[in-house]
Amino acid sequence: MEPILKLNNIGFKYEEKQILKDISLEVKAGEILGILGPNGSGKSTLLRVMDGILPPEKGEIFIKGKSYKSFSRNRLAREVAMVAQEQHFRFSFSCIEVVLMGRFPHLKRLQFENSNDLKIAADALKATHAFDFAERSIHDLSGGEKQRVLVARALAQEPRVILLDEPTSFLDLKFKREIFRLIASLSKEKGLGVAIVSHDIDLVSQYCSNIILLKNGTVYKTGDPDSVITAENIEDVYECPVLVDRNPLSNRPRVSVR
Amino acid sequence: MTDELKIKSILTPQKVIFVTLMMCITLVVVMVLSLVLGTADVSLKDVIGVITGSVPQDDPIRLIIFKIRLPRIILAGLVGFALSLGGVTFQAILRNPLADPFILGVSSGSAFGAVIAITVGFSFSIGVPLLSFGGALFTIFLVMFLGARKMGMESSTILLTGVIVNAFFTAIIMFFISTSADDRLHTMLFWLYGDLSQSQYTQLAIIGPFVLIAGLILYSFSRDLNIITTGDEMASQLGVNVSFTKNVGLITISLLMGLVVAFSGLIGFVGLIVPHLARMAFRADHRMLIPVASIGGAIFLIAADTLARTLVSPSELPVGVITAFLGAPFFLILLRKRGSHWSRS
Repeated sequence: MEPILKLNNIGFKYEEKQILKDISLEVKAGEILGILGPNGSGKSTLLRVMDGILPPEKGEIFIKGKSYKSFSRNRLAREVAMVAQEQHFRFSFSCIEVVLMGRFPHLKRLQFENSNDLKIAADALKATHAFDFAERSIHDLSGGEKQRVLVARALAQEPRVILLDEPTSFLDLKFKREIFRLIASLSKEKGLGVAIVSHDIDLVSQYCSNIILLKNGTVYKTGDPDSVITAENIEDVYECPVLVDRNPLSNRPRVSVR
Repeated sequence: MTDELKIKSILTPQKVIFVTLMMCITLVVVMVLSLVLGTADVSLKDVIGVITGSVPQDDPIRLIIFKIRLPRIILAGLVGFALSLGGVTFQAILRNPLADPFILGVSSGSAFGAVIAITVGFSFSIGVPLLSFGGALFTIFLVMFLGARKMGMESSTILLTGVIVNAFFTAIIMFFISTSADDRLHTMLFWLYGDLSQSQYTQLAIIGPFVLIAGLILYSFSRDLNIITTGDEMASQLGVNVSFTKNVGLITISLLMGLVVAFSGLIGFVGLIVPHLARMAFRADHRMLIPVASIGGAIFLIAADTLARTLVSPSELPVGVITAFLGAPFFLILLRKRGSHWSRS
């Protein structure tokens, strides 16, 4: 199948420091790509480059075969959406208002959201099981509820690809599971391409069909969970002794620290 | 009716127009009340008579209404509108509900200019406004220059630069105040606390269009401002041109503040309280917030100035004394009662 998002030999420098080097990857429809790697390996930078926020110094990115260079920021925001690790709202917006912000790239300067935008936002909230608190202030939600609203906002952008930057790092076990399950079902049902950066190797192993393991800004290993999550790879990249066995529920590799 | 149509908190153009109209009606009522109130006796009948033309040309009532009260009321309205618009915009751009329109040090820069003009003995019709506006422009460029970074303006750098520049100019102002002759001192202090008594129609003709244009420019960025309050990176992810929006906002408001301060002196609290009240009443969407806060600012300052000139009549108070004297306790009571609404609903 043709990939939705394709990175060709991407390099990125920040103030003379090489952060990413020669990264190529693909995100396919209905598939979740897990991006793993220790702190400082360039995961979040990679996600920002994939989002078009940081322009790559080398290489090119294609969405449905078209180069990012031919897209305006506004146009790109209709193709790719991002869910951040944590977002602080200084002022009190209701959840539906937050989700409607996802319609920004679809509207003209002085345009108000019409009933179609409203329907898209409401459907997005329903898809993330967050419609019940549509009118509540974003400040009154728990961490898990808030992340669901932010995923709904990403859906309201009607993108082909959703990027998630450690969306579960401040969530407890229940919400972690909920977010991963939600993303898995959304990618299947809507045929979205998803890339997720995470520190949670086990959840990535369980939910992602494809994994890319980063070390020092380069691709250390890429492939399905079985070929990437091996004791040898993890020990080498994370510099920490581990035991890898199988999760009896998912039959995917599971990592324990020694 | 489907679920989504039942959502009440959705903002529609109809809602914005309705609320704006209501605010305008209130504004007119307050203006008429303000025309009636004052040292000289003017009745509502006189006001209507003057408007409809049934009062003879040479009647002193005509003079009081057209030459004294009306220009002052319009100036108060325009200044209040501008201060509040500035507050709303800066609070969004700096993502800080406590920002006021003077936060970039515009106030102290223009005060510096004004104090020099008063010391030298320049007139209030040209000299003081001109030097004050010059001082404001100088500070704006200083802060922008010092605060500019490769990635665009950074809020904390700009805020800090503003505070430091402010402190520096305040020191110079204090120097002038301490060494000035007694007769100039009263004028200076009055100016420093806001003075609308020098209003002339020529000034209004300068400020009026500028205030209106600034309002329209910023209103056209209201959705961009909404999203900028949720963070720069997320805003640019969603297609907002963050640095362009911020630059437009900062420059428009700073110029506006320079102009307004030049003709009215330093009137504190309006740009802080009124946007805050508007946010309590109508939430955080700038498409509603900008008109409500701006017109609200006009209403608030006209009311405050009416008190300033009637409370100790026939003498007068600087209007800044009223805004702070009424504003501060009112603000504290609301804060105590409702909590800080910007973080809780």
